[in-house]
Amino acid sequence: MPTDPVIEVAGVTKTFAGVRALDDVDLTLHRGEIHALVGENGAGKSTLIKVLTGIHTPDGGRIRRNGRISTIYQEVNLVPLMSVAANLFLGREPRNRIGLIDRARRDAEAAELLKSYGITADVSSPLGTLAVGEQQMVALARAVEADADVVIMDEPTSSLEPREVETLLEVVHKLHEAGIAIIYVSHRMDELYRICDTVTVLRDGKNVHSGPLRELPRIELVSLMLGRSVNEIQKHGTTAFGEDHHADTRPVLEARNLTSRPRINGVDVTIRPGEVVGLAGLLGSGRTETAKAIIGALPLDDGTVLVAGTPVPRNVKAATRAGISMLAEDRKTEGIIPNLSVRENIVLAALPRLSRFGVTSRKKQDRIVDTFVKRLRIKVSSPEQKVAELSGGNQQKVLLARWLCTEPRILLLDEPTRGIDVGAKAEVQALIDELAREGLAVMLISSELDELLDGADRLVVLRDGAVAGELEGAQLTREHVLAAIAAEVMDDADSR
Amino acid sequence: MTTLTAATRTKVLQRQGAAVALTVMVVVSWLTFPRFGSLDNLRDLALQGSFLAVIALGMTFVIITGGIDLSVGSLYALGGVLAAWGSQHGFLTALLLPLVVCGGIGLINGLLIARTNMAPFIVTLASLLFARGLLLAITDEGANTYQVAPDSAFVELGRGTVAGFGYPIFIAAALCVLGGAILNRTGFGQNVFATGGAEQSAILMGVPVARTKVLVYTMSGTLAGLAGALTAAYLQSGVTVIGVGTELDAIAVVVIGGTLLTGGMGTVLGTVIGVGLIKVIQNVINQIGTLDSNYQSVVSGVFLLIVVVLQRILRR
Repeated sequence: MPTDPVIEVAGVTKTFAGVRALDDVDLTLHRGEIHALVGENGAGKSTLIKVLTGIHTPDGGRIRRNGRISTIYQEVNLVPLMSVAANLFLGREPRNRIGLIDRARRDAEAAELLKSYGITADVSSPLGTLAVGEQQMVALARAVEADADVVIMDEPTSSLEPREVETLLEVVHKLHEAGIAIIYVSHRMDELYRICDTVTVLRDGKNVHSGPLRELPRIELVSLMLGRSVNEIQKHGTTAFGEDHHADTRPVLEARNLTSRPRINGVDVTIRPGEVVGLAGLLGSGRTETAKAIIGALPLDDGTVLVAGTPVPRNVKAATRAGISMLAEDRKTEGIIPNLSVRENIVLAALPRLSRFGVTSRKKQDRIVDTFVKRLRIKVSSPEQKVAELSGGNQQKVLLARWLCTEPRILLLDEPTRGIDVGAKAEVQALIDELAREGLAVMLISSELDELLDGADRLVVLRDGAVAGELEGAQLTREHVLAAIAAEVMDDADSR
Repeated sequence: MTTLTAATRTKVLQRQGAAVALTVMVVVSWLTFPRFGSLDNLRDLALQGSFLAVIALGMTFVIITGGIDLSVGSLYALGGVLAAWGSQHGFLTALLLPLVVCGGIGLINGLLIARTNMAPFIVTLASLLFARGLLLAITDEGANTYQVAPDSAFVELGRGTVAGFGYPIFIAAALCVLGGAILNRTGFGQNVFATGGAEQSAILMGVPVARTKVLVYTMSGTLAGLAGALTAAYLQSGVTVIGVGTELDAIAVVVIGGTLLTGGMGTVLGTVIGVGLIKVIQNVINQIGTLDSNYQSVVSGVFLLIVVVLQRILRR
């Protein structure tokens, strides 16, 4: 390209506690370029971003920045209690003559600006009242309006609905046309190939590939990220799920007419031992609520849950005793206790079982932990390592281990592979498969249709808190699911 | 991120809630106790409230950043003693000495909290003990009470009146207006909200979180010192036994005024209403006469509990 690059990274190295997070990494970014930055978790993407934005100082190498850099993160990094306008202009508010913040002008400018991002919400209401997608858009608007020449987006779409993703990608395209350079980090291949011009692949802190994206076949890209051969991936498909399971005929879980207005309304779900039942539907269709209703964590207006034909009292304790376990969607707030060790996190739920008169046998704990660490292939330096130090995928496995050591009959998994890297994702998917084969009844909630289609034996499709259809066998195709998800949003779904 | 419609509701209900409670209290008291509505009583009420308001103003900023300042009660007493001692050396010494010393202790609080990431609770608990100890040391364990000369200009600061309303009332009012403007209309104020609302996000948004924290604790200490100086001027002496538990009163009025104890949301007006509510309750219990004055705390405690429980329920 003829123009001077806005960012030029050459031979950058960064070491943390003896571990090479970045090893001789190069990256060049030109004006108006959309550059995909991909790699598994732990490949060095975050470190590279932090080096670019100046949060970390590299140990070696050279960085040339030729403009202002703004970053937006996977989780919306704004202040939910402050107003939309205050968030948008924090740090550069319009002032009146005597130097005080001109709130009227700030709100007017914010409303005007956000309109071009497709947001018409009241800018004086707290940011937290907006949908997550809109919040992400505000974050993006903020990043761009700070006169940035480079915008770094770290998995901006991971918590967005398809429709919101569309709007975001449109905005990205506009930025591109305005000459702003973008570094786009994502695990979603569709998005990458739609919008990115060039790609840098990191693996184990090394730059393993840089070049135009469109010339690189998807399968090749995945193999670069994983460091496995193309053949191996093709043999196994893009997800790591195996064959469908031969399910026992009598359901171990029967949930009937689950109703908790207004979130869910008359949802029925049955799962047989050895069966993986997927819950499909858009964000807000009642997937998580259904799982929470089954485990007794959601107050119900109506409905019953039967385990092996016996009704379960409506509380989490009783549900757990009956053999239901749930892996919650939000690892950070609803699962992991970061400062406890891997061992402590794993045995937490099983403590009552391992204790006699309130005293826990350490030997039993160690045995159980050892079994699960090996079985789930959790990568830890020792069982006493703090969970906070593990990667997302390993944290998820620790949680899975926690629920497995309570010996459940029914496992509810809410987005078990969200936010973990491709390799760990494949491992978690393979584990789910393995568990089902051993006779566990699994309910799988996922926003990724491919994961559901490959992983589930049967799909329950939810729409607006009710069952919109059940799909099995030959019906397990993208088209059938999309058709069931909603007639009225079919257009949106098709355009993806 | 969760939606916050409930929080919005909380905001409205809390702020209006305290205002409604205050209005009801005032109207009922006015009707029940003839002396309540007398100009003398109202002047006295406002004056009593003004000292607490000055302290609570600083506390409002601290709590909005998600912190807490336990040292203000001790700093309040220390400020009074320093002012009384300083009044021997003229007006400026009497006024500035407490501001500088208490502000300095506040600054140390802020630096320790912001730079070392220690819990505000612990750091300010330490300065509570430190300031109270210093106070006892310089007064010979309270045996030595410094007096303010009755004819000095400094006494005028505490006892002077306009239309019968004491100077401290106007000083507190002016500071609260100024505080409100700073909180809502300056970059610093926005930083205060951002720091308490989501500290990590604030850092990523370029908010100088550490500096903001240092400033609010410095402010809180300075204002506590000022309240002490005004009290000394009003009482004409540096009373050593005041200020015990005042930090808790200040926290209570801030929270009753609708400021979230977890930070990120709050108003100066709410705090002023909170001060009004507490002082009216106190005043009424005094009017009843037969009721033990300790019931003031009982009633204040009940109010605080109601507010905190409401915050909790409405946030769900």
